[in-house]
Amino acid sequence: MKKFIIDNLLWIIVLLLVLILPAIFNSATTLQLLTQMAIMIVFALSYNMLLGQCGLLSFGDAVLFGLPCFFTIHFLRFSNLNIINIPTPLLPIVGGLFGLVIAFIISLFATKRAGATFALITVGINEVVVSSALMFNDFFGSETGVQATREGFLGISFQTQLQVYYLVLIWTCVCVVLMYLFNNTPLGKIANAVRDNPQRTSFIGYDPIKVRSRVLTLSGFFAGIAGGLYAITWEQVSYDNVSLMQSALVLFMVYIGGMSFFYGPIIGAIFVTFLTFFLSAFTEAWMLYLGLFFALIVLFAPNGLAGIVDYFKPFRKAKQLWAVLKIYFLFILPLILIIFSFVTIVEILFRWSSKGYSAVSLSIYGMKISAGSLWLWLILIIVGLAGSFGFKWVQNIAKTNLEQLSSKMGIEG
Amino acid sequence: MEYLIFSVVNGVLYGLLIFMLSSGLTLIFGMMGVLNFAHASFYMLGAYLAFVTSKYLGFWPGLIIAPVLVAGLGALLERYGLRKVHVFGHTAQLVLTFGVFYIIGEVVKLIWGKLPVNYVIPKELDFALFTVYATKFHAYKGFMVIVALVMFLSIYILIKKTTLGMIIQAALSNSVMVGELGHNVSAIFTGVFAVGCGMAALAGVISGNLYITEPQMADRLGLIVFVVIIVGGLGSLTGAIVASIGIGIIQVFAAGLNYSLADFLIYLGFTVEKTGILNMAVSQTAELIPFLLMVLILIFRPKGLMGVRET
Repeated sequence: MKKFIIDNLLWIIVLLLVLILPAIFNSATTLQLLTQMAIMIVFALSYNMLLGQCGLLSFGDAVLFGLPCFFTIHFLRFSNLNIINIPTPLLPIVGGLFGLVIAFIISLFATKRAGATFALITVGINEVVVSSALMFNDFFGSETGVQATREGFLGISFQTQLQVYYLVLIWTCVCVVLMYLFNNTPLGKIANAVRDNPQRTSFIGYDPIKVRSRVLTLSGFFAGIAGGLYAITWEQVSYDNVSLMQSALVLFMVYIGGMSFFYGPIIGAIFVTFLTFFLSAFTEAWMLYLGLFFALIVLFAPNGLAGIVDYFKPFRKAKQLWAVLKIYFLFILPLILIIFSFVTIVEILFRWSSKGYSAVSLSIYGMKISAGSLWLWLILIIVGLAGSFGFKWVQNIAKTNLEQLSSKMGIEG
Repeated sequence: MEYLIFSVVNGVLYGLLIFMLSSGLTLIFGMMGVLNFAHASFYMLGAYLAFVTSKYLGFWPGLIIAPVLVAGLGALLERYGLRKVHVFGHTAQLVLTFGVFYIIGEVVKLIWGKLPVNYVIPKELDFALFTVYATKFHAYKGFMVIVALVMFLSIYILIKKTTLGMIIQAALSNSVMVGELGHNVSAIFTGVFAVGCGMAALAGVISGNLYITEPQMADRLGLIVFVVIIVGGLGSLTGAIVASIGIGIIQVFAAGLNYSLADFLIYLGFTVEKTGILNMAVSQTAELIPFLLMVLILIFRPKGLMGVRET
């Protein structure tokens, strides 16, 4: 028991933290954000079963999330109308089962090849579903989507956001544990082998197509649970949930978080959900920032944020964490300059172009500026360039210092 | 009859547009194995850049300036993006271009706003070429047909008949050997990618004013071009043109047909209620057909209609 606690200390702390979080942030909006994060964690982890575990890049995972969303909301509606009564807290399992069935149907034909073929098939399926969403109004609702109300169960009304938060939290914890355990099942291990080398795996007697199909089906189950949770949390499901944008967001989450680590998608889900919630309230350009950040991660940190955390591990072991962090702190100032200049230019352009480049006076950061002024642009460009040159300069310093540090660690270790 | 001719003409025109767009993509995918998700974004950039040049310099310079600029951008993406992530496999490249698709879409909104821009057909070609059943055939559409055909022939000759084309083809099947023979394989790949993007931009320049130049134009066509290269067959130019025109005609035809399954059953003499799926007009399925076709082809005939290799 003691060993278990020590081994999983971090997870236990996280669990305690999420349990007491509502006591700290008790506004309805924050609770909604936290609930949404929990849902997206399940969705992102289920997606990573495909991408990280099995090497299947899907551009249509919104289907496995969104369709169960609709099924769940319809079952909730049936409960409201007293046609079929399923207690609200158990509804996510309905979503999960529908996700399982849909994923199973897809797995019958889509898993022959990984890579681009799978990606294209899933894009195709996603587009077929999106176009049907516009056709079948009875199932997908029209512009407003489908609505239903949560019902009480065992004396709990589920009418406050707090109760919903804890309900979602329980489901999320169960799913996270189950998906964590999946990694160590024989199927999970063989999935890794199929990802790395399907040919060899088939030579040792495992059919890669079957393995992919099973992983896809299971992943559909968890994605479906996430969909069910979404439906009972928001009590409204619309066409956006099956859109390609939803597929893109989950891909962003997993890539940004880091797909080769179990906790990567969790970080990614929290991060991206936070960004979409907050950034979209402040700026119209949030999608540009998110897209750029995603591209930068793909280019420079292919293992995502979790990979960056992992990079510091050996330094921590050698008790050199502070020394290496000090080197990286050098980058902060140039980065601030670059980001400030870039963001300001983007924000000014967005405001200016929306007025057809005519209105000269704009307000940004609470200040009034004149967009046509040459000085403004000159200053912004100079700041940006200064940042870039500073970055290059710091890069050289950091390189030599890092080399020294690692050779020192090599001698010590 | 009038409807038939009208639909065929419009379908072929739409198909040629899709072909101009997808020829670049099939070149890139066929040669380098890179599935460029952002291909239609380069098409959109072409249209917008042509809009800008047409405002200051007139239409004709834009025909060259926009594709060249976009090709340069494509070269940069290949050199500093795709090549860098190539070590992580084609999946990483696909994911990167997916990100670029969103970035370009946002940048276009950032600079030119969310509403359509007023990119117009040049005056020199703004007249009716001939008239069929009171429907005028615009001279600009004729120009578009010529450009599409010239594009098809020049790529075909370049790939099949010239030494450069042979080197490109060889670099595809055995890049190490071609490198040993003293050719700069990376430069060839950058070049192919740039030319593909430039071709997409040219399609944008020509069709941006015929249809509509707006930030959503990439979303709408971006996935259709995938359908074309899959249905037509990987790396097959002839397949691409056949598939493009086929899909163009199917979509235009379907969009114009207001009959439903119920109508058909009633025509056959059955008594049916006109509700639900039975009452779904064919026009409502126009968006769906290409993607259904793509999924079916990928499952049952991964080579496509005229492909030589599997996807």
